[in-house]
Amino acid sequence: MTYQWNWGVFLQPSATGDDTYLGWMFAGLKMTLALSLSAWVVALLLGAVVGVLRTVPNKTLAGLATAYVELFRNIPLLVQLFIWYFVLPELLPTSLGDAFKQSHPVFQQFLASMLCLGLFTSARVAEQVRAGINSLPRGQKNAGLALGLTLPQTYRFVMMPMAFRLIVPPLTSEFLNIFKNSAVCSTIGLLELAAQGRQLVDYTAQPFESFIAVTVAYMAINVIVMTLMKRVEDKARVPGYMGGK
Amino acid sequence: MIKIANVSKHYGDFKVLTDCTTEVSKGEVIVVCGPSGSGKSTLIKCVNGLEPFQSGEIIVNGISVGDPKTNLSKLRAHVGMVFQNFELFPHMSITENLSVAQIKVLKRGKDEAMEKGLALLDRVGLKEHAHKYPGQLSGGQQQRVAIARALAMDPICMLFDEPTSALDPEMVNEVLDVMTELAQEGMTMMCVTHEMGFARRVADRVIFMDRGQIVEDDDKEAFFQNPRSERAQQFLAKILQH
Repeated sequence: MTYQWNWGVFLQPSATGDDTYLGWMFAGLKMTLALSLSAWVVALLLGAVVGVLRTVPNKTLAGLATAYVELFRNIPLLVQLFIWYFVLPELLPTSLGDAFKQSHPVFQQFLASMLCLGLFTSARVAEQVRAGINSLPRGQKNAGLALGLTLPQTYRFVMMPMAFRLIVPPLTSEFLNIFKNSAVCSTIGLLELAAQGRQLVDYTAQPFESFIAVTVAYMAINVIVMTLMKRVEDKARVPGYMGGK
Repeated sequence: MIKIANVSKHYGDFKVLTDCTTEVSKGEVIVVCGPSGSGKSTLIKCVNGLEPFQSGEIIVNGISVGDPKTNLSKLRAHVGMVFQNFELFPHMSITENLSVAQIKVLKRGKDEAMEKGLALLDRVGLKEHAHKYPGQLSGGQQQRVAIARALAMDPICMLFDEPTSALDPEMVNEVLDVMTELAQEGMTMMCVTHEMGFARRVADRVIFMDRGQIVEDDDKEAFFQNPRSERAQQFLAKILQH
């Protein structure tokens, strides 16, 4: 194989002349971070609400929450993204659809990607939350209620704090997934990390360097996330319970 | 104080409680016993509405538990309950366990709730454990904290659901001592328990249940000396053998 390695490529001015290729990579990294983190906030908030609703005694609410989870869990992420980006704007009321289509293209891509990733992941987070709540001893809920706490208060002060502690490890996986899944958003033209890598190949014909750089960047993100979540896990540990001191 | 009238409950075809009727007056201590699966825990959980029932009526302090209009949270705030598995909140320190409901339900100030909690903790002999977490205490200690937690709400009566069944034999007495003291101070108590020694010492009346029915509801002397039903005789013969 006669491949011409050229790590210097990153320092060359880019084809458009306003930045180096390394600058492109950093722009992509920033986009990936912004997209994934904002989608994660959406996923955590919605996932917590939907996961709780799946466990409440009210059948209608629990049914709606189940439908939500099944909807977002059973359609491929890529298909969901296309629906958000290409189909949904057409289905909105005309004024709203037009407003969306006339907004900045990057904004359109970002919004569709964030909602898509956020809602997709929220269904998965909801399942973790439900599992966490269901794994608590049944008496915990009764103990909260017996003290005169209302059901929402029992969730808020008794069940949720323990359930979330129990599900930190699976939540870490979901948090890692959201960064990796964000690469799918390059398919609608959002210039995140993976898209920048591919663009670099097109302009420089240095695919190995480009994709090694992309790989290293994703790994760096996930090492940081893992370290962070390990800290959360340690902090959330309950004394005398589950390996806590 | 507690009036249970013709209460029945079923899951599908399975009858858990059949036509249960009894009464607990103020200051009375009632022990509910019977073989497992006889419905004693279900009955006691019906008293504060943790278990719904299909027919009959339960009146606690003049309030109907089964009435859909009843604010159950408000009622439960003044009916203390102690569970078989303690059910302290593991993520809260002992003092937080003692004060959380005082603050959220009774709207007491933090300092007041803390003071009350610590006083009760002292009463059950665990003052030096205030800063610990439930997982760092023994079962008997946890159950004493659970009793203190219920008492912190100034209950008008206390329900005990097999409070010593999950404990090592060595720890049973420390819990029973607290319960005995409570009974002697005039607390209205309804205790599901197999501790016949406790029943003999402290109870005013004993209720014996079998297959969802109240088979016997008697003064303790009458119950222990000559139980009327054959089922209760068998039960007593077996558990008093040792």
